[in-house]
Amino acid sequence: MSDLTHLTLADARDALKSKKVSAVELTKAHISAMENARGLNCFITETPDLALKQAEASDARLASGEAGPLEGLPLGIKDLYCSKGVRTTAASRILDDFTPTYESTVSANLLRDGAVTLGKLNLDEFAMGSSNETSAFGPVVSPWKRKGDPGAKIVPGGSSGGSSAAVAAHLCLGATATDTGGSIRQPAAFTGTVGIKPTYGRCSRWGIVAFASSLDQAGPITRTVRDAAIMLRSMAGHDLKDTTSVDAPVPDYEAAIGASVKGRRIGVPKEYRLDGMSAEIAALWEEGVQWLKDAGAEIVEISLPHTKYALPTYYIIAPAEASSNLARYDGVRYGLRMPGRDIVDMYEKTRAEGFGAEVRRRIMIGTYVLSAGYYDAYYVRAQKVRSLIKRDFDEAFAAGVDAVLTPATPSTAFAQGEQGATDPVEMYLNDVFTVTVNMAGLPGISVPGGLAANGLPLGLQLIGRPFDEETLFSLAHAVEQAAPKFDFPEPWWR
Amino acid sequence: MSVDSTVVRRIAHLARIAVEENEVERLRGELNAILHFVEALSEVDVEGIEPIASVLPMQMKKRADVVTDGGIADDVLVNAPAKEDRYFVVPKVIE
Repeated sequence: MSDLTHLTLADARDALKSKKVSAVELTKAHISAMENARGLNCFITETPDLALKQAEASDARLASGEAGPLEGLPLGIKDLYCSKGVRTTAASRILDDFTPTYESTVSANLLRDGAVTLGKLNLDEFAMGSSNETSAFGPVVSPWKRKGDPGAKIVPGGSSGGSSAAVAAHLCLGATATDTGGSIRQPAAFTGTVGIKPTYGRCSRWGIVAFASSLDQAGPITRTVRDAAIMLRSMAGHDLKDTTSVDAPVPDYEAAIGASVKGRRIGVPKEYRLDGMSAEIAALWEEGVQWLKDAGAEIVEISLPHTKYALPTYYIIAPAEASSNLARYDGVRYGLRMPGRDIVDMYEKTRAEGFGAEVRRRIMIGTYVLSAGYYDAYYVRAQKVRSLIKRDFDEAFAAGVDAVLTPATPSTAFAQGEQGATDPVEMYLNDVFTVTVNMAGLPGISVPGGLAANGLPLGLQLIGRPFDEETLFSLAHAVEQAAPKFDFPEPWWR
Repeated sequence: MSVDSTVVRRIAHLARIAVEENEVERLRGELNAILHFVEALSEVDVEGIEPIASVLPMQMKKRADVVTDGGIADDVLVNAPAKEDRYFVVPKVIE
């Protein structure tokens, strides 16, 4: 085989099973791709020795017929997942040289199933960002280039920007990611990859650095819908260590790939047709409707009246939860410590030095909306509006809609420095189509819809009923089949 | 609602984040931009609506009240920036 990094995860799995290739060969090809792509800054920590050891063990299990579902497949792990014995940073200075003595449940599930882990992927600091520009380890550069603009460094989206860029650049077969307001789906849309945020509770949050606990959910980013189905099956499952993880069997998601979508009712929410929506995004959405119609689905217009309040609600609830979760970084038990006159001064200096600007801003907003006198006006009101946002979806599903189709993002990827420099809210608007899904705890998948006139990928989003990821995989596969094919960028970064 | 520089300093202290005097003005502007953005919620009729903290209609799971972990003091301390024997060390807190 010519270039092993160009296999899909499913094809690599099959090639390993039929002994056309060994796990060590496959892993060496990806290690070489990873080492040649340091200019993209996808990885914070590379673990090639660990990967090769895992690959050797995989080859032994493949030979003895004990192979797991992901046996020998090289993956990247977002550096928000704790890895036993490997420095874990959350892309923040405040974690310093923190090296967990335990493995997150989701990454442990991947290892249980035989996966090979190449290293820890870059992200926005504490997953707070939409462009991977808030990382304390520098921004990730997307492998994609804007047409006629070779000098511009395009962002891979965020917060899972290392994951999306590494998958698009063929550095790994798939990557773990996390999504609090769009952090899986927006980077997937920006890089022509597939990303699914499963239903809240589908994956354990244990061992994943917490941002906003009522919204955070783990999921994969891959190059095909089938690959996402394969990875999610291994990642998902009940965990006694996370009380919000759901005790329900994990279906064989891959079996949903290729299932007929005939007669499925797809809702198209009129409130997502924003004023000033770009003609290209509107056209993509229309095409998506047509692709699903052609596949036999029935399209209905629906109303989700509280859509426009989702982002403001998010920017109260997520910072409030973050200010509480991030209180643990105090320079005492792990991470950075700056000396101070007394303990409070030590806390304040440590946190000022350790957190970047965006994280400090969100902790302060969260502190404010939870503080005495403002709690009811901001936080409780936001929780009530969250009820209404969820009710909008409940009513649409109760009326017989199987899934909702929307654009994934309001634009294609932009270049470093182009957004949010003067007004933080400008960057927040990236999540306008994705954040409702976290608010309601629903599953959402981003699937490529082709390339825009500027040469950059565009994505469509499908939103499903709680725990009905299977329908999303069937529908996303139908979109994938119908959408114009494109090639991932040639490796200009080598 | 908007915040002034006194409130910015108070929030920073509540959040235990040191703020230099020359950062206050910029922070005030940024926080007010966000507060202005979330102001939209004041127009929503939330009369009689229950606030939700969790999206899943789930019962809190319970387990037997028994020790399932522990005896790993060395693991707990391994990442401490300052430690002595089996203790975390912090600046003096009681005079």
